[in-house]
Amino acid sequence: MSRHLKEHGTPAVPPPPVSPGGLRLIVEGFFTQLLSLWRVFLHLFARRATIEYPEQKPYLPPRYRGRIVLTRDPDGQERCVACNLCAVACPVGCIALQKAETPDGRWYPEWFRINFSRCIYCGMCEEACPTYAIQLTPDYEMAEYDRRNMVYEKEHLLIAGQGKYPGYSFYRVAGLAIAGKPKGAAQHEEPPVDPRSLLP
Amino acid sequence: MSAGDARSATAPLVTIEIDGRRYRVDPRRNLLEVALELGFDLPYFCWHPALGSVGACRQCAVTQFKDENDTQGRVVMACMTPCADKTRIAIAHPDALEMRASVIEMLMTNHPHDCPVCEEGGACHLQDMTVMTGHAYRRYRFHKRTHVNQDLGPFVSHEMNRCIACYRCVRFYREYAGGDDLNVFGAHHYVYFGRASDGVLESPFSGNLVEVCPTGVFTDKTYGESYTRKWDLQQAPSICHHCAVGCNIMPGERYGRLKRIENRYHGALNGYFLCDRGRYGYQHVNAQGRVRHAALRRDRGAARQPVDADTAIATLAGWLAEGRVLGIGSPRASLEANYALRALVGADRFHRGIDAETARLDDLVLETLARGPAQIATIADIEQADAVLVLGEDVLATGARIALAIRQAVRQSAYAMADAAHVPRWQDHSARLLAQEVKSPLFVCTPAATGLDGIATRTYRGAPQDLVRLAQEIVHLLDYTQPRAPGLDGDTIHLAHTIAEALKGAQRPLIVSGTGCGSAALLQVVANLCTALGRSGRKPWLALLPSECNSLGTALLGGPGLDAALARIEVGEIDTLIVLENDLFRRVPAPRLQALLMRLSHLVVIDALATPTAEAADLLLPAGAFAETDGTLVNYEGRAQRYFQVYVPEGDIRESWRWLQQVARARGQDLGDALDALIAGCAGSDPRLARIVDAAPSARFRIHGSRIPRQPHRYSGRTAMHAQRDIHEPRPPQDPDTPLAFSMEGARTGAPPAEIPIFWYPRWNSVQSVHKFQQEIGGPLRGGDPGVRLIEPGPGGHYHDRPGYRAPAELETVWLYELFGSEELSVRGDAIASRVAAPYLVLHPATAARLGLTAGATVQVEAAGQRWQAVLRVSPTFAANVAGVPRGLPGVPTFATGTVLSVREVRP
Amino acid sequence: MSSERMALIGTILLAVVATAALLIWVERRMLGLWQDRWGPNRVGFLGLGQVVADMIKIFMKDDWIPPFADRPVFVIAPAIVMVTVLLAFAVVPIAPGVSVAGDWNVGVLFVLGMTSLAVYSVMLGGWASNNKYALLGAMRSTAQSISYEVFMGLALLGVVIQAGSFSLEDIVLAQQDGWFIGPQFLGFVLFLIAGLAETHRLPLDLPEAEHELTAGFHTEYSGMKFGMFFVGEYVAVILVSGLLTTLYFGGWLGPTWGLTLAGWSFMPLVWFVLKTGAFILFFILLRAAIPRPRYDQLMRFGWLVLLPLALLNTAVTGAFVLLRSGA
Repeated sequence: MSRHLKEHGTPAVPPPPVSPGGLRLIVEGFFTQLLSLWRVFLHLFARRATIEYPEQKPYLPPRYRGRIVLTRDPDGQERCVACNLCAVACPVGCIALQKAETPDGRWYPEWFRINFSRCIYCGMCEEACPTYAIQLTPDYEMAEYDRRNMVYEKEHLLIAGQGKYPGYSFYRVAGLAIAGKPKGAAQHEEPPVDPRSLLP
Repeated sequence: MSAGDARSATAPLVTIEIDGRRYRVDPRRNLLEVALELGFDLPYFCWHPALGSVGACRQCAVTQFKDENDTQGRVVMACMTPCADKTRIAIAHPDALEMRASVIEMLMTNHPHDCPVCEEGGACHLQDMTVMTGHAYRRYRFHKRTHVNQDLGPFVSHEMNRCIACYRCVRFYREYAGGDDLNVFGAHHYVYFGRASDGVLESPFSGNLVEVCPTGVFTDKTYGESYTRKWDLQQAPSICHHCAVGCNIMPGERYGRLKRIENRYHGALNGYFLCDRGRYGYQHVNAQGRVRHAALRRDRGAARQPVDADTAIATLAGWLAEGRVLGIGSPRASLEANYALRALVGADRFHRGIDAETARLDDLVLETLARGPAQIATIADIEQADAVLVLGEDVLATGARIALAIRQAVRQSAYAMADAAHVPRWQDHSARLLAQEVKSPLFVCTPAATGLDGIATRTYRGAPQDLVRLAQEIVHLLDYTQPRAPGLDGDTIHLAHTIAEALKGAQRPLIVSGTGCGSAALLQVVANLCTALGRSGRKPWLALLPSECNSLGTALLGGPGLDAALARIEVGEIDTLIVLENDLFRRVPAPRLQALLMRLSHLVVIDALATPTAEAADLLLPAGAFAETDGTLVNYEGRAQRYFQVYVPEGDIRESWRWLQQVARARGQDLGDALDALIAGCAGSDPRLARIVDAAPSARFRIHGSRIPRQPHRYSGRTAMHAQRDIHEPRPPQDPDTPLAFSMEGARTGAPPAEIPIFWYPRWNSVQSVHKFQQEIGGPLRGGDPGVRLIEPGPGGHYHDRPGYRAPAELETVWLYELFGSEELSVRGDAIASRVAAPYLVLHPATAARLGLTAGATVQVEAAGQRWQAVLRVSPTFAANVAGVPRGLPGVPTFATGTVLSVREVRP
Repeated sequence: MSSERMALIGTILLAVVATAALLIWVERRMLGLWQDRWGPNRVGFLGLGQVVADMIKIFMKDDWIPPFADRPVFVIAPAIVMVTVLLAFAVVPIAPGVSVAGDWNVGVLFVLGMTSLAVYSVMLGGWASNNKYALLGAMRSTAQSISYEVFMGLALLGVVIQAGSFSLEDIVLAQQDGWFIGPQFLGFVLFLIAGLAETHRLPLDLPEAEHELTAGFHTEYSGMKFGMFFVGEYVAVILVSGLLTTLYFGGWLGPTWGLTLAGWSFMPLVWFVLKTGAFILFFILLRAAIPRPRYDQLMRFGWLVLLPLALLNTAVTGAFVLLRSGA
């Protein structure tokens, strides 16, 4: 070991100093320990930090990362377009879904499953979601006696409202045509061109 | 090797400098190809290794310097710049970087902001290139141009707004694949890629648009119906089961459903493209009505009841112990499955699952290939042929990928012109402009019109007997020691002369034929043609198409045909008949077969499909479809190729050979309990099959101790996808048969070419990443192209005797083939089924007139006691006197080749 | 032995063990309070049901013996600690004339002897576990106990010299004029530290330091065998607290205010319990307040600081006593 260190020119670790201050250190040390004891003892009369949970409930900010929900757009339609980005962002792989399509071309999840017994509430799915569909909410009371009850299907996840991001509708921005929004009707879109025209 | 490079010549290497480092490169390549091959990430769109360069997208900009002292440089397009000696370029030069960044920003101005709802997302070349150039934020504040989409039929979805106008689609569809219903319309930034009006894309290669398109304009419609991102697909290398070409494919699965087929590059075979039958023919695997549990009929006449696998195995073992057993194999089952059945019942009780006539044809194909002197042509070889004779085979319907290769072969004279004019072959547009309509010779001699007629030098229509006569005349013209054909008219003799001259004048003459006509004489005369060409000093190439994906494999395995088996049943010698992945109703006329099946005590069927044969079974064992099993197929060129299980299906479905292995075990016979035992046994059974062991590494193969994962490293939802069934995540299925794992874990790099489960490379998420797996662009995969050739052509031999000529009888059957419909498996999927024609009958106008029939009429056809209705088609390009019947089409019964029909019109 | 004596013995042992069990709750509650929390306050009145809950839990737990362990030794080891520590209690006078074994003239030596034997429990437990953490913990424990036993004995000598007796009852009676905490303050501090080390209480619980050794010598123990180590530690805490009371704080001595019950003054018992309880709380406070030293610091401190101080204390006390006696 030492040969190895020497070869690499690394100085050996010096031995720890032996009680440099001698008696003074001992006396001082003794009293600082007593001081610690006294100060800790005084905490007997300090205010409790404990929030007495089921009786008292803490305030949680809206961006707290609790139960995951699927929200709807301002028109009341499902926001989720089954793009699979939340599933691939999930570090524990607890999101699975299958894409389906309505006759008018909207994508939606045929089924959407989150296994909350695996979820770590990291919020990566929400960050990855391009449509604000998946959102984490401040609800944390999800404990169950049976792990199987922690598997949430789409009907358990889908809520009626828009969640934290009111007003956003993916299909108003994206170029995909759906019922009531033909080609050229999305934001920043011109009406469809006539490719047979040679006019500029 | 890019479009049309002649592989024979090698040019001396030159030195070029990229980003200050020197490389020795091939001067016949362009800078883009070379840079990609050297591992540089240079963005591009319009260049495609098979389509060449046109310089349309301006994305592959690099800075080129005049000489050593030039510090300014100028921006050039790498794909349009040849690798001259001492070329100095910089990919990382600020000018080039800025150019590339602004080009992609311009391309993205009209892009519709819909990646989450785009099937290309996550496997998109446009996404990759956008990330590569660093264009992250949209600065363009104005409005986007939009287009209206078209309905392009059951195969391809259309979303025109995503287009970046690289022109790859029309270049592939029109110039490469010869389609004419897809075009580009409009001008400037209005350009529109689509059909003149909504409608089904007619080209049999339309599915390739999905892979050719660098963005999401053309996407796979069947995949979109139950879409899953590429990173979520569990994939394994597989082989197409829909014809004898044996294209390499990459099926992808999720949630127990086969989602799509993607092309798996093979340098010598399919290259970058598949036909639509191969790409969309997979849906039968997902069929709702598939049998997933073993079923047993306990009493004659009763319904079959599901039984567990052990009971089924014990039952079959019991029946086997009683003796009087016969096994019938199948040309659509793997070598291993056929071998396992033969080993279980004994060689003297094993019959090939084809009628004696087809068996004879397959044997003839094998014999002709093995005898020589013709070299067996791979598809890459076919593309190099400078004179092609298609004899009797409608290749576009029976082996479509070969027809696409023949389309490239006729460009050989154009390449010669380009070479003479010093136009590089990758300068695709220039080479095409230079050649105009010049084509190298192609002769299509078939009973009916084919899709290749448009590029053929001459066509000839005749019944198989007539084709034999024509070929015999060519043999005579090549080798005057051979007799002339009897009774040919002057035009035909002149044609024979033209063909003989073209073949003699070619460097690489190619003869394409097959078993499609059902004519042994035709195959013999093809062999004679090769012999004659060989004796006249040419080195001919030969491509012979058998009818099914493992026809040659079963021919190598040998055994008598189906007729002998039926004879044995007829005399009451047999109690138990085991049918392996075969629908006998497609092989034997139904009345006869039904009568014979009544004589059996037990009919055992091992199959993945709910065929009429399976319906009649007393014991039905559910076998895995192609994506659920492993095995080895032998394609038309005698190449043994292994395909691998993609996923473990639900229920008791297991590989047919595993059922047989387990039955053998129950009887105390040892056929092993994994694939390798059968491969070894099969290889040991015949020296011609010995090399199948080398088709892919064995199950013991490991990379640094690890298996090769079937799932991509981003595979999502592992802890949720089974949670509704079992909250305790079940252990992934183990795979005793292959070195692949049903897992995300394992070795992702260095997989042998036969076992690459996904084409993916950092920063290259789309199929364009395939160049990272190739030795050179367009060349073989690293480690060589997968599969081993079992047949080495010999030096040639004697001529077959000249077959006697017999004029075809009036209304004698001539087989016709449909790409969508003639093949058993693919028609069982919705997408292909929607393209299948109703039963029809083709007559020459003169014949029709003589019978008093009119085109479009519904006729009742009778053959050997079987009647069916068909729509009459009258075609002047069809051989006179005979009747064309689409073989295998749903609604057309089975009967022998050459049966004389009787036709009468049905009046409602 | 008379039945009254048997009843007394039974009562004391039961009281000790019950107190030890109660300490599970007391300690967690006090630690909570000193850390601005409430501690276990949910089960029953003031959370006292926690004791029952914990006991039920520990009784119900799978009493697993690792297959690689030395089975008989593994089973015996936790019993030793209980037996030795309870035996040491035999000589502790709770009230005048009230102790399990009566007044022995070698009481102090007996206590020292028993606590020394307790080392075997830890050592054998660690050895029999056949686990490297357990073995390391046992080695540390052995070295620590042997080292600190030396100063423990030496620190006691001051008291013994002043009282002129090894009998604990004599020592208490010798404090009627003034508790020994005054003259023997240094001895008290030394004995306290040594007591901590002997009982493996925080901050000197190096043999089971969880951040280094998982759980030290009892890593492989579970169920009631672990429970015996666990309760044994609390009994040892009570023992050391009782000894501190007896040796330095006048034992049962205190004003009696003439309070008697059935003709028997129970105030000495009250004083003993109160004083002992105060020390137990002090032990818990130490755990809450003082961080754990490194093992090498512990040993260095023992041999280089405590030993000289203990010797000094003995010598000075001896000199004083000799001077006062005028010899």
